[in-house]
Amino acid sequence: MDQRLKDARIFNLIVFAAVLFAIGPYFVMSAPVEQTMGLIQKIFYYHVPSAMMLFAAAFVCGIGSAVFLFKKHAAADRLALAAGELAVVFGIIVLVTGPIWARKAWGVWWQWDARLTSSLLLWMMFVAYLLVRRFGGPGSEKLSAAMALFGMANVPFVYVSVNYWRTLHPKTSVITEGLAPGMKAPFWFCVVAFAILFTVLLTLRTKLEKDRAVVEELYLALDE
Amino acid sequence: MRLDFERLVVEDVSRQYGRRRALNRVNLTCQAGEIVGLLGHNGAGKSTLLAILSTLLAPSSGRVLYGDASAYEAGAALRSRLGMLGHDLFLYPELTARENLTFFAKLYGCTDVPTAVGLALERAFLDDRGDDLVSGFSRGMRQRLALERALLHEPRLLLLDEPFTGLDDASGQALVTRLRGLRDSGRIVLIATHDLDLAEGLFDRTAILRNGRLGVLDETGGTLRDRYRDAMQQASA
Amino acid sequence: MKQFLRVAWIVMRKDLTVEVRSREILYTTAFFAASCVLVFAFALVREGRPMEDAAAGILWIAISFSGTLALGRTFERERQTETLKALMLAPADRPAIYVGKLLGIVALLGVVEVLLVPMVGVLFDATFWARPVWLVILLAAGTVGFTSVGTLFAAMLVRARSRDVLLPVLLYPITIPIIIGGVRGTAALLQQTPDEPMIRFWASLLVFFDVVFVTLALWTFEPLMTE
Repeated sequence: MDQRLKDARIFNLIVFAAVLFAIGPYFVMSAPVEQTMGLIQKIFYYHVPSAMMLFAAAFVCGIGSAVFLFKKHAAADRLALAAGELAVVFGIIVLVTGPIWARKAWGVWWQWDARLTSSLLLWMMFVAYLLVRRFGGPGSEKLSAAMALFGMANVPFVYVSVNYWRTLHPKTSVITEGLAPGMKAPFWFCVVAFAILFTVLLTLRTKLEKDRAVVEELYLALDE
Repeated sequence: MRLDFERLVVEDVSRQYGRRRALNRVNLTCQAGEIVGLLGHNGAGKSTLLAILSTLLAPSSGRVLYGDASAYEAGAALRSRLGMLGHDLFLYPELTARENLTFFAKLYGCTDVPTAVGLALERAFLDDRGDDLVSGFSRGMRQRLALERALLHEPRLLLLDEPFTGLDDASGQALVTRLRGLRDSGRIVLIATHDLDLAEGLFDRTAILRNGRLGVLDETGGTLRDRYRDAMQQASA
Repeated sequence: MKQFLRVAWIVMRKDLTVEVRSREILYTTAFFAASCVLVFAFALVREGRPMEDAAAGILWIAISFSGTLALGRTFERERQTETLKALMLAPADRPAIYVGKLLGIVALLGVVEVLLVPMVGVLFDATFWARPVWLVILLAAGTVGFTSVGTLFAAMLVRARSRDVLLPVLLYPITIPIIIGGVRGTAALLQQTPDEPMIRFWASLLVFFDVVFVTLALWTFEPLMTE
């Protein structure tokens, strides 16, 4: 009964997310077109929320890893794995949409912009997280947990150092600081849509890992 | 804090790696002044059990009691009562015998380091080779040195993983004599080995690990080799 | 506390004694660092003139690459004789063992840097001696930061598969702030008139990094090394 209730809730969320993403583009198209960059600027409605989800995923992975390392709760590690994978996925979206925008805006694909560079570094830390898990052999859950924890602790340092590394060669910033009024609503709509998508994916992936652990236990019980 | 214990109790200890169960509900009790043998095929779980007893590995379920306290409760002080001789001897080849012993004596918190080191070198019959690099020692010499290193802090529980490997007859016999001496001085000695001939008559009790499960051999009924073979045949029958 | 420092000191002394006897890691690391400098020199020097800030960059890249090599080699040596297990079995405080190992490798890299800095200074006409104290601070803070994370990762990878390739995979992303701080700080030092506020800024960032990550490593060392 409890499981059916959970399944029902997740299903509802999936439907909700699907609906949001279905009407999202309409919202985005109805927003005012930005003067200088034109249509391409609308990538920002997906690019920024993806970046937010990248940071959210990194944070969840880091916290989950810390709990796993110090309290040894396997559930925390499963959550961390799901979050780590999502960090890589949303990171890819950020790192693909960013250059597309940059190409149209300044004619170059990559510009060493502080925020995009920091996102790249964060993304690489979580790719490393997955690599260790995959190739580290038995016991690699703890090793990757250390990577996630150090990666999360590193975020402020990465941000500060990359920022100041960049301002020595000042260039225009990527994100226009003030949002025109007509753009706020679609933007926050997209943020909510992405947040719900993130939650859905995180829950489903964690559940998959939990089911996998249950299967392992069943295998072990066979041995008894 | 000097913690000590007279009994080692292994209670329902299991250890798994993913789908593979290395140890399956192992139960064992050892008293002070006992030599217990641990036999079994490669991969049966002997090294895993020794690792758990030395507190380097945590069991997936069950617990180990040293006297009345578990490893977690006893903390770092417990390690001062445990001695281990691994397969790879734990010696630094770039250091001399004396330097190796001195380093470990200091690390393990021995009080009078020079005396302890001198005594250890004597017992290992290496007092004339004390200032030679370990890289130049034979396997037998390294074994003797490694054993004395494990005993520097006078542990209550001594865990030995394949101690007879690579030893010639004379060294093997010397080791047997040393181990008997340790048993008589009230220690618990647990030996995992394949060498059934050298171990003949050495064990007070013998345990066998098969696929992670522990069974105890009868102490009567022929040589160790015969009893071991019988037990293995019974299991597969 | 006294016990902690005592254990760290014993471990460090042992490491240095072993290294002094064989000198294997010292020689190979130093030579590798020198080769690194040459490789990058050929890549980044055109018509006899190096690119702007190349000296600072090359110095820190050489430190980073040779540091990774030294870390891998040191722990591989411990793995072969399984002496890391013996260290873990000691009744001593585990974090103290970490500190001992950390100091040993920092000392080793320090010696390599003593050779590297003049070499880079000569090859690239870089005025490292303009602010010697700041240079030492930058190098010390950067090396400690790099080694603090590196020692922890190298130690925990001893039990893992693919450990040779996983160490750089894990280490480089985390230590990028050190590279940035070290290079920008050193570049500021090497300018016509050294930019003191800049040097100070980057040096403080490095020191802050050290404090945070050494603390984090001390906390996580024991849970990571025990199964």
